[in-house]
Amino acid sequence: MRAFRATLMRELLLLWRNPAEIINPLFFFVMVVSLFPLAISPEPKQLALVAPGVVWVAALLAVMLSMDGLFRRDQESGVLDQLLTAPVLPVIPVSAKLLAHWLMTGLPLVLVSPLLGHMMQLPTLALEPLMLSILLGTPSLTVVGAIGAALTVGLNRGGILLAVLVLPLYIPVLIFGAGAVTTAVQGGPVDGVLAVLGALLALTLSLGPLAVAAGLKISSGN
Amino acid sequence: MLWKTIKRGYHQLGSPRYFYRFSSAVLPWLTPIALITFVVGIVWGLAFAPPDYQQGNSYRIIYIHVPASSGALMGYVAMGIAGMVAVVWRMKMAEIMIKAIAPFGAALTAISLVTGALWGKPTWGTYWQWDARMTSMLILLFMYIGVIALQNAIRDPRQAARAAGLLAMVGVINVVIVKYSVEWVNTLHQGSTLKLVGESTINPAMKYPLLISMLGTWLLYAVNVMVRARTEILSRERRSGWVKQLVAAGGR
Repeated sequence: MRAFRATLMRELLLLWRNPAEIINPLFFFVMVVSLFPLAISPEPKQLALVAPGVVWVAALLAVMLSMDGLFRRDQESGVLDQLLTAPVLPVIPVSAKLLAHWLMTGLPLVLVSPLLGHMMQLPTLALEPLMLSILLGTPSLTVVGAIGAALTVGLNRGGILLAVLVLPLYIPVLIFGAGAVTTAVQGGPVDGVLAVLGALLALTLSLGPLAVAAGLKISSGN
Repeated sequence: MLWKTIKRGYHQLGSPRYFYRFSSAVLPWLTPIALITFVVGIVWGLAFAPPDYQQGNSYRIIYIHVPASSGALMGYVAMGIAGMVAVVWRMKMAEIMIKAIAPFGAALTAISLVTGALWGKPTWGTYWQWDARMTSMLILLFMYIGVIALQNAIRDPRQAARAAGLLAMVGVINVVIVKYSVEWVNTLHQGSTLKLVGESTINPAMKYPLLISMLGTWLLYAVNVMVRARTEILSRERRSGWVKQLVAAGGR
């Protein structure tokens, strides 16, 4: 538990002192979404039709792009090797890192998502499901993305490769995340879809950090 | 007794050298059997099986489509199991298998998608529809590509294989989730006509050539995996004594 707290504090402090890592995914999210009204049409009806998918895909890409640097700096400075050889199970500091990363990059996305939904002309009643679905979905995306980041940490062409590895794994979350919002727009009950998102979250939270730790071990060659 | 034999066989096949010897003995007869089974199944299906009462002759693509799809799925699951063995027990042969299984599986997935599209046009009036099975096959192709890409990106072969193995393990879980999550959207694809348990809904005259061509495809897959594994063994073990002897003796 002490290892968890120490790593969490360290990561939060590092991210806080380097705010570009927090702000860039957020700006990316906002910018990608605002491309769509320009590309498709500013017509409210058409926008509302594609809004759930657009907001969700943009959030997914923002999380994915933020994953690339998750372990890189630690690997370059040697912290990663320390972490893997420390006398605690690697899962513990890894989970702390993931939590810190999500708090600093995922949570801001959750907070701005209603604004973007409104800009995409989503009806007001769909804004709450949008926010909830992103709240339940982005932690899964962070954990699954971290598996890819762990496997590609030592490679210098990480970016595109990471996308190729991770995007297929993101599909279930995307289906249910965007599905929840679409259901809400159509006036259906969203509890069931959100429950499935929660189930996916439970699955990724319980098994994901183990896979991330195993991936880091493989990448560091021991 | 039987269990002991299985256990010993498993441990022996875990040694690259033993696997090389074993496959040298198996391949000369497995290859022709695989080819013959495959050709018999395909020719029987494409030329002699009766036409379908509804779909006419267009259904005959099933003799390529179904074997390819089943091979693709089994290949990925096999890769996931090999991945687990490689990550947990660090067995050399499992690492080699991951690398050997991927290319043929990716090719089968692509074949399954293309033949499916061609079959879809006359029966459903569309080449492509985002229904459960087609979508999960497409994702399966992406995941094969991911495994191959990761393997090519890492220089150290052992590390590459274990990384790819971990990805394949995660991928197996993902395929299942994708399948059921897309199933929420209505499915256009016909249900399975072949069932292991219970009555198949396919005419026996159509079923046997299908079973034979499936068997043929699986055997060809096995041959392909063995050949690839042998090449990989030689390249990995090139510094060991037995490979040097083998090469000096002319590679037999």
